[in-house]
Amino acid sequence: MGGNCDTQEKFAELQNFIDSIEDKRGALIAVLHRAQQLYGYLSNEVIFYVSEKLVIPSSKIYGVISFYSYFTTKQRGKYVINVCLGTACFVRGAEAIMKEFEKELNIKAGESTKDMKFTLSGLRCIGACGLAPVVMINDKVYGRVEVDQIKKIIEECEKEAE
Amino acid sequence: MNNYRMHLLVCGGTGCTSSDSLKLVDELKESIEKHGISNEVEVVITGCFGFCEKGPILKVYPDDVFYVTVKPEDAEEIVEEHVIKGRQVERLLYVEPNLKVKLEGQKDLPFYKKQIRIALRNCGFINPEDINECLAADGYQALAKCLCEMSKEEVIETVIKSGLRGRGGGGFPTGLKWKYTSNNASDVKYIICNADEGDPGAFMDRSILEGDPHSVLEAMAIAGYAIGAEHGYIYIRAEYPLAIHRLEIAITQARELGLLGIDILGTGFNFDVELRYGAGAFVCGEETALIHSIEGARGEPSTKPPFPAQCGVWDKPTCVNNVETLANIPPIFLRGADWFRTIGTEKSPGTKVFALAGKVNNVGLVEVPMGTTLREVIYDIGGGIKNNKEFKAVQTGGPSGGCITKENLDIPIDYESLNSIGSMMGSGGMIVMDEDNCMVNIAKYYLEFTKEESCGKCTPCRVGNKRLLEILDKITQGNGTEQDLADLVELGEIIKDTSLCGLGQTAPNPVLSTLHYFYDEYLAHVREKKCPAAVCESLLSYIILPEKCVGCTACAKVCPVPCILGEVKKTHVIDQSKCIKCGACYNTCKFSAIAKR
Repeated sequence: MGGNCDTQEKFAELQNFIDSIEDKRGALIAVLHRAQQLYGYLSNEVIFYVSEKLVIPSSKIYGVISFYSYFTTKQRGKYVINVCLGTACFVRGAEAIMKEFEKELNIKAGESTKDMKFTLSGLRCIGACGLAPVVMINDKVYGRVEVDQIKKIIEECEKEAE
Repeated sequence: MNNYRMHLLVCGGTGCTSSDSLKLVDELKESIEKHGISNEVEVVITGCFGFCEKGPILKVYPDDVFYVTVKPEDAEEIVEEHVIKGRQVERLLYVEPNLKVKLEGQKDLPFYKKQIRIALRNCGFINPEDINECLAADGYQALAKCLCEMSKEEVIETVIKSGLRGRGGGGFPTGLKWKYTSNNASDVKYIICNADEGDPGAFMDRSILEGDPHSVLEAMAIAGYAIGAEHGYIYIRAEYPLAIHRLEIAITQARELGLLGIDILGTGFNFDVELRYGAGAFVCGEETALIHSIEGARGEPSTKPPFPAQCGVWDKPTCVNNVETLANIPPIFLRGADWFRTIGTEKSPGTKVFALAGKVNNVGLVEVPMGTTLREVIYDIGGGIKNNKEFKAVQTGGPSGGCITKENLDIPIDYESLNSIGSMMGSGGMIVMDEDNCMVNIAKYYLEFTKEESCGKCTPCRVGNKRLLEILDKITQGNGTEQDLADLVELGEIIKDTSLCGLGQTAPNPVLSTLHYFYDEYLAHVREKKCPAAVCESLLSYIILPEKCVGCTACAKVCPVPCILGEVKKTHVIDQSKCIKCGACYNTCKFSAIAKR
């Protein structure tokens, strides 16, 4: 990374966002949200940039990032598969759904496939409990998912990716 | 403004939009356009109706005809038949499962009969993205009344008199919280709306914000006036994009009409609201942790006192109220504290919203008067247990709560009664479990959650809960002893007594309550090494039922070991000494001939 115009553009956008905040007290979390939205994850480069702009030590920023599960310092795949592990989904079989995804993709929850096509992770309740068990892939919600549909769901994504 | 003869109200909550309700809206609009009746009929996207099980929901107003599981392709028929010809589309009506009769009106549905909707009054009725619809439903009238006719003291007194208690779980009297914050003199004070709904399986706050965001803004302004705050924060989970979107719209519209901002309604009162996003940390629902998170730091709790009412955000007096609590405020001022007290029980007036989920027929949001029994909620409103299975337990209070068994189903719900049976009100998650759920596994699930979410600041919570989880893990693996059960209780009590904040102080509850009510099930795990519900994999074995096996060989083909023996068209057998319990055969068999024991 670094130096290419795409990155420069994003830094400019992040700069604009930071500038637009009048009261910078307590703005760190909002800035990190915006940064993650722009880059997909929070690299060291981004952390140092934010550190400089908000005048907060990078160690402190890292402390905040590692505290909140929403923030990630690892690059994520094109399709982020979030299996809802909220209680409603859990009692309706979310564990088996997660296991099947792990088996089909041959990765564990929290990991990405080598080709960076898929990232598998768990999620705490998106509130669509009527549709439990629920799987969210990027922004699309799959409701009442059954174990034998999972292969098809993955194939669907793969087809779309091509 | 157009005067429409008919409104089609379509649910735009997270549940229904996940099943294509917005596409349904597009199709309806297109069809209405095509038939040239756009000036007679309007399609409105509303907040959640609560009946999520049967979503997407479409209600025809004013006919009060309630259609369920409506698909985009049903749009044309609804417009042609119902809207134009006045004939109901019978196949989309709700069918009462016991009586097998079709019910047309919302009020006829057993799901709604016992409900009283105060906090959810506008959800499923108004378009949350249009402030005019909110104003037409008495929005901001309570604020006007407070600012123009009442002193600060009278406002606080009214809330105290109503008996409203915090709906986020603690049940602390809201009026007193306001009074304490008001009593602390300071040039700057803050009011915070806690919308960090972290209990997995609870979605009432999200639905209120999605369906009626203005009621929360209005209540915050009233609270601001009462305690002397000009600034409000709404701390909301980043996982709720739709609620955030609607709040942003609501704040902008309220500012445009001068209902937020400088000199509200010409009374000289200034108040504005800012959104702050959570980032996935359950502990931030605790008010001191939440305050640290608003300040942009790690959301770790701190010791109380000092309470936020004395020293909160930026060390200024701060009042933190939950979404549902705030949504109750405007009706209290419009209809009076005495009216509010007529609903619910003596000590817990008003209603409570529950997110009814799990193994129950009608999953959804339910608002009932305090004092309603669990049986009424689960059987009369929830329609009983799915697939006619046996009821086992209902879990309330999420990761901080406990399980309630059949014997206690007739207890009237309020803060005290739930505490007395080892559970708690919590934010209102209500998860129903049936005979197929293993209570040890459920306790383990909650402990995994709290272990993950423990912030790590105090030792009992950080280390103690991890030890609890390890013991539970050992038990579900078949390596537990009776001493482990005694250790769970002892350790659990210590964690409760010594943790710093509410998270640690309640984390062992799911374990202690399941141990109390389902001791036999724990014993079966440690003594007989059996899981009675056939959930814990290490403790169960797969067997082939000879009377059902047709000898199709499908199971033998998928078995990875392989340990399934048998010839074509003859009964197969699993060699238990080799079986690795992967469950592949169980999932493959089309004849239900493989059982878990």
